[in-house]
Formats: sequence, C-alpha cells, structure tokens
Amino acid sequence: MAVKKEPQKSNVSKEELLGFYREMLLIRRFEEKAGQLYGMGLIGGFCHLYIGQEAVVVGLEACTKEGDKRITSYRDHGHMLACGMDPKGVMAELTGREGGYSKGKGGSMHMFSKEKHFYGGHGIVGAQVPLGAGLALADKYLGNDNVTFTYFGDGAANQGQVYETYNMAELWMLPVIFVIENNQYAMGTSVKRSTKSGTFFGRGAAYGIPGEQVDGMDVLAVKAAGEKAVAHCRAGQGPYILEMMTYRYRGHSMSDPAKYRTREEVEKIRSEKDAIEHVRDLLLNAGLASDEDLKAIDREIKEQVNASAEFAKESPEPALTELWTDIYA
Amino acid sequence: MATEVLMPALSPTMEEGTLAKWLVKVGDVVKSGQILAEIETDKATMEFEATDEGRVGALLVAEGTAGVKVNTPILLMSEEGEAVAAKAAPVAATAAPAPVAAAAPVAAPVAVVSKASPDWAEGTPMKTMTVREALREAMAEEMRANPTVMLMGEEVGEYQGAYKISQGLLDEFGPKRVVDTPITEMGFTGIAVGASWGGLNPIVEFMTWNFAMQAIDHILNSAAKTNYMSGGQMGAPIVFRGTNGAAARVGAQHSQDYAAWYAAIPGLKVVMPYSAADAKGLLKTAIRDRNPVVFLENEILYGQTFEVPDLPDFTIPFGKARIWREGSDVTIVSFGIGMKYALEAADILAKDGISAEVVDLRTLRPIDYDTVLASVMKTNRCVTVEEGFPVGSIGDHLASTIMQRAFDYLDAPVVTCTGKDVPMPYAANLEKLALVTTAEVVAAVKSVCYR
Repeated sequence: MAVKKEPQKSNVSKEELLGFYREMLLIRRFEEKAGQLYGMGLIGGFCHLYIGQEAVVVGLEACTKEGDKRITSYRDHGHMLACGMDPKGVMAELTGREGGYSKGKGGSMHMFSKEKHFYGGHGIVGAQVPLGAGLALADKYLGNDNVTFTYFGDGAANQGQVYETYNMAELWMLPVIFVIENNQYAMGTSVKRSTKSGTFFGRGAAYGIPGEQVDGMDVLAVKAAGEKAVAHCRAGQGPYILEMMTYRYRGHSMSDPAKYRTREEVEKIRSEKDAIEHVRDLLLNAGLASDEDLKAIDREIKEQVNASAEFAKESPEPALTELWTDIYA
Repeated sequence: MATEVLMPALSPTMEEGTLAKWLVKVGDVVKSGQILAEIETDKATMEFEATDEGRVGALLVAEGTAGVKVNTPILLMSEEGEAVAAKAAPVAATAAPAPVAAAAPVAAPVAVVSKASPDWAEGTPMKTMTVREALREAMAEEMRANPTVMLMGEEVGEYQGAYKISQGLLDEFGPKRVVDTPITEMGFTGIAVGASWGGLNPIVEFMTWNFAMQAIDHILNSAAKTNYMSGGQMGAPIVFRGTNGAAARVGAQHSQDYAAWYAAIPGLKVVMPYSAADAKGLLKTAIRDRNPVVFLENEILYGQTFEVPDLPDFTIPFGKARIWREGSDVTIVSFGIGMKYALEAADILAKDGISAEVVDLRTLRPIDYDTVLASVMKTNRCVTVEEGFPVGSIGDHLASTIMQRAFDYLDAPVVTCTGKDVPMPYAANLEKLALVTTAEVVAAVKSVCYR
C-alpha cells in the first residue's frame, strides 16, 4: 500500500512510547481473545475485530482532552479500550452478560459509555457520521471547546449521508474530526472496485474541508496529524478530515471467507508495516526499553485480557426482566 | 367588456384568505405580470399578479378584508376605453360583498370559560386559537423555559416555516436556536439525534413526514433503539414533527399517513393530535420528554380553530385518550384528522337515534387501551377511523386488542374505516374516494348496530 511517510516525528517521550505500546498491545490481545471466545461459542452474532488498525485509535486518543467525544461504526472494540473503557465490561458485553456495558443488550456493535464520552458502536454503515457531527453541534451550541472524533471506514465513505454531513459541518463550522479508517476493504470490496476517486480525504475539498492522508500504521504520524486536526477544530475553524491508511489483518467479521485478497498480501503488511512491531523497534533501538521490559508489559496485558475473559464468562446472563427495561429513558 | 379577477387559491388547501393590501388603484393601467395585491393565507403572504393587461375598473373587496373565499370576484378589469365606466364605480360602493368580511372567523369570543375536562379544571379561562398557533406557542414557551431546546429544519427560520408553524421564532430566539438546514433530511436528522445525545433538546421539523422517509433510519435505528442498546445510558430527548397524511391534491408522494408505521416501533413515542388544545399540551409534553417523540400534524387541521386553556403552562400527558362525546350504542375510536369524520358521523347518527361515544386516542404510543376497552365494554360495538392505509392499521391493532381482551363484550365485529388500499390519486374525485369519508363511518356504525 502506497502511503506517504510523514518525515517528521512527534517529540515523544519514553513514557508516551511505552504507553502506546501497552495500549496497542491491549487491543490486539483483547481482540485475539475475543476471536477465541467466538470460536468457543461464547460470543455470538457479528464480531468485527480491529487487529491491525490499533495505531489509529491509540494515536488519536493521545490528542484528546476530557470532554472530547468519540463515535464509530461496528468495528468498535479498539476505540472503547483506547478511550479507557474497562476491558471486562467490553468483553462481558461481547458474551452478552449482565456485566457488559449495555447489560448484554447491545452486543459487539452497540456499546456506549457516557462517562468516557464514547457514543457507540453503530451498526448502520455511515450513520455515525451525522451523529458525530451532531455531538459536535451540541458542544458548539453549549459553548465549550470539545472536539468529536467521528470514525468511519472506506466503505462508509461512499454513503450519501457522509457528504450531507460534510456540507453542514463546514457550513456551521462544527468541531468534528472525520477519521476515515481506510483499511482498503469494505467487507470484501476493495477500494479499487468501489471508487475511482484518488483519495477519500480529497472529497472534503468540494465542501471546503481541509484534510490529509496519514500513515495509519505509524502511531507517531497519527498523533502528529491528530494534533493538527484538533488544533484546527478547537480554534473554531470547523471540521477536518484525516484519512488513515491502515489494514485489517482479520476478516470483515468472524464469518469471512477471505477470498477477496491473498494470504501473501496480508503477510506482507504484517511483516513490514505492523504498528506494534514498529513501536517495539523504536523502543529497543533507542534503548528506551529492554526486551525484558517489553516482555513484562506483554505478561501484564495477557493477565488483564485473561481477567476480562474470566469476568465475561462468569458474569451471569441478564435477568429475564431486563427484556422490558430501558426501552424508554 | 369588463373582466372579473377572482380571489386566487394560493396553496393546495387554501379556501379563503385576507386581502391584505391593494397595490393598484382604480384607473391604473396594469400590465400582465404586474402585482395587483398582497394576499395573506394562513400559510404565507403572497403577491398576486395580473395575468392580462387592462385598466383597473373597480376594486370589489376592501383592503384588509379577511375571510375572502377563493373564486370571489375581487377586481374588475376594463379594457382601454372603458375607463369612464370604471370611474363611475367608486370603491366603497363596489366593495359590496361586505358579508364576506363579516363572515370572517376573526372575532374572538368573549370570556369563554371551560366546562369540566380531564385535562384542565372547570372554570379555566379559555382562548380560541388555530392548531398552527397552538403549535407555535408550545415551541415558543418551551424554548423560553429551556435554553437547550432548539428547532431545526428546512425553512423554519428566515422563511418563517413552510406552513408558518415557526413564524416569529427566528426573531425571538435567533439563528443559533432556530436553524435553517439545507435540504438534506438524512443528514440533519442524524445531526439532530447526535445533538440530543450531546445535551440539547432538538425539535426537528420535517416539511412533511413524507420527506422523513429519507431520514427514517436515524429515527428508528439511531433515536428509538439506542437507549435500549446502551442499557439505559443514552436516551435521545428529541421531537420529530411535521405535517402528516393527505393535504389536498398533492398526489401519492406527499399524502401518506405514517401513524401506524411509527406506532409500531418500541422506543418511540407517537402523538397525533386533533384539537389545538391537544396540539399545544402534547407538544409541550413531547419537548420535555427524555425520549424520541414522533409528532404527526395535519395540514388541513393547521388552520382550524379550537378553544385552548389560557394557562401559563398547560400540558397534556401521553397515553390518555379523550372522550369527545359520550354515547351508549357504539364506540368510535379515532385520532388526528380522523376525528373530523368521527365527530361528523356521530352528529348524523344522533339524528338517526344512534348514540355514539367518540374516543380520541391522541397518542398512538403509548395507546390508552383502558379507555378504549372500558368504552367498548359499555357500548359493545366499535368502529375505528383513520386516514392511513388499511393493512396493518391502528384500527387493525385495536380490533385485535379488543378481540383478545373484550371478546365477550362484543355484539358485533369491530369494523375499521381507513384510507383505501391505493396510492393517493391526484384527480379531485378519486382523491375524495381514496380517503375515508363521514358516510363510510356512518355506514360502518349502522352495520355494527345491525341497522
């Protein structure tokens, strides 16, 4: 995949780099565990794993402050972990248990945390885009300087409502960052087979929205671009588009025949571009961490993920009376 | 030869209007396309142009006359050379159709005081107002009371509302709270739902509910389901409102009644008022509700006048039907404009010695089953009336509920009167046939009374 390498790097501290490593690893190990639990029949229905795309959410979360909001599609586990939601609550929602963020009533695609300003978790492709702009409209109306990160994929980027939203977001100067996670495939349809436009961020120009393409496998490049976008929004200059060039290693969902791409293509990106390996190399090469330090983090994460899986298995199913609650606020 | 210029119909539902201002005077030579007068309908003030050239011979209706019926002659246009004759006809003399002005329903009744009602106390001072004014007053009052209430939609601001419901709101509340949107229903509906999660209480005006088809995904999937899907964390305090159902001669794409569609969705509340008092009291309740409310209005009802309690803060709770008329032989259940047919039918039936109890559901989710069932248990017969399509209608649902919960009380099958199972035709005679009629309601009642 052709990605312009951002030459400049954020001035990143050891602690921050270790934090990135830890957070990306948490997402990956969590998703691997979710895949296992799915295979064991403990998770049902749809389950869309984020493996491969970890640098996008981790890099952007590094640009946020309290009050900023985020909203995304159904491939949402990574976003939830990155904004600080409890892995136990997320995993228990995947298993459909009482301890889940939606008490088991939402599932993989529909989780929310008002406390962490995570607004879902949306299963209708593209719907989260105007919803995210609406969150930004509320912040602007209420007069604060919060920013909303509205994530969607290259597939959603062809939905009409995305462009309706671009038009109004720029017209009303809404503080929203449109993050296009271009993982190259809308389910099984490659970008090449769905559009002739060169870039997705470039479509914003028709509405006067600035944007750029970013190496979404490089957490430092993501953070640098995110800071620029956030500064633009907080300064009241309206929306900004970040097209994150990324890649999902796993299938679209758990039932993906993977006939639309080759195993070699996936392997090539895993070996040459992996976001976690990249940070690992940075840490080791600069002498910021030893192999032992990183192994210790690996162990910690593994324990954390195992604990979330245990919690998700042990948490009871919701009480039958829950069927009839929460229909109305 | 003089030509009569007639009062024009300036909208599909206009039956009369106010001749606000003459822009020509007797003796003026006018060209085709020149503006003759400003005419005010209940929806807007419009300029009325000459279609032919000629000389103004006489102005037949005085400036400021209200209630001028469509097709009333308002101006005499003489051809060149006839000018002398025109001079002989002074305005005052020719403004003879004064009865037209006298017939105008503007005179406010004096000191009306209400009878007992479950919705307000006996002796409450009443005022008359149209459904349109009632809706506007409800929004204005709630916007004054709560700074997070805002209105958005097409033409709600500078245009003053496509149906004048939001007239004056932009002036009072400014463009931050009265937001004109581009024509982009799916987009602005999604934005409004997001804003409701972000701490606002948006009112979304759809120019008509037909256009909300473009936005139905956000009404159902984003607004209605999220509180449940989030385990109770994220209700959407939002009102979707606009005109619903048939107006007059606007064809199949602008005439659908969506009552039964939205009433089918858990997570929504659905309101369909008939009277101005209900429109006001229920809209205020809707704006305060923590849940998404679908508020179905009707263009033909907008201009109709009712008594409304003159109270500083008047609300009507959801889920309470109103018994408009007590009766003992049959229960007629309706809502929205269906009430017009139900009440007309009850009048006719009374003359035939059939006493009909007329129940206005007012809200379709929640439905006040108790009031309907109690009435049916008393009368033992039921007819439902609505304008929507017959398949999966509100009437079907009521018939099934009554059958399951009051079967032993029924002396006849429940009969449902609905719109016909056809897309709305344009031709006037066919449109009339497609809608439910008073005669059909009368016939249905007689059939369940075996008369």
